[in-house]
Amino acid sequence: MKGSLVIVSFFILGALAGLFNLIPCDFTHGRWSYYALAALMFFVGFSIGNDSKTLKNFRSLNPRIVLLPLVTVLGTLAGSALVSLLLSHRTLTDCLAVGSGFGYYSLSSIFITEYKGAELGTIALLSNIAREIITLLFAPLLVKYFGRLAPISAGGATTMDTTLPIIARFSGQNFVIVSIFHGFVVDLSVPFLVVLFCSI
Amino acid sequence: MLSGILFGYLFKKKKITWISRVITLLIWVLLFLLGIDVGSNQAIMSGLHTIGLEALVITVGAVLGSVVGARLLWKWINKDLKEEARQ
Repeated sequence: MKGSLVIVSFFILGALAGLFNLIPCDFTHGRWSYYALAALMFFVGFSIGNDSKTLKNFRSLNPRIVLLPLVTVLGTLAGSALVSLLLSHRTLTDCLAVGSGFGYYSLSSIFITEYKGAELGTIALLSNIAREIITLLFAPLLVKYFGRLAPISAGGATTMDTTLPIIARFSGQNFVIVSIFHGFVVDLSVPFLVVLFCSI
Repeated sequence: MLSGILFGYLFKKKKITWISRVITLLIWVLLFLLGIDVGSNQAIMSGLHTIGLEALVITVGAVLGSVVGARLLWKWINKDLKEEARQ
């Protein structure tokens, strides 16, 4: 929990810095976050290659675990569909399109802004950022109440990069490969599903 | 990432303990940058309360749906493992 609080305080610090223009605007549009993410990927990769146990663990995993991306997609769509009943002024396909971002906020919000306008695009951005933050914050609770696969499912498309270290920590190192596989498959589904629900 | 796996494999014999600390630091940097992105975006900051609530409702629905699915899969897999252990 302490780790999560530190992470969120960094996010809040960043938001405040952005809000009060403490940091030049073009700083964020530069390639800093890209380089940081690339470096993160490198080191996560390094720790996988460095730990010979991880690859052995993957072989011992149940083959049914490859169904996880499908479960994530179906569960997310079912949840988004149910929620659309609560939000009376949003259509079913609007909610499904936002849900199909699976945490991939940059891509999904761009697509949705293009097809459905800036308002739903902003909702998609916030909703999918929230998905990432919820996964980062509640990973330990999700493991406790929904099992070790829950943080991976909750992380959606982000489980091969940003939420991967958290999943490794709380689900266990032997879920890293599953998490990457899951993120890769869900990531690929984002453009297809978002465009599908936007055009219905 | 693939080059990271390769390098990690090549240096397998050396115990490298500082990697996890570097990973943690990079997560902090990335979330700080994400925060800057959100904070400096006027459209997001001004609409946070109304649009944000809708976004949150959709997210909670989506996350709950997926973790319920994950729980069912997890139970299914574990049931299988227990049966295998019994045999």
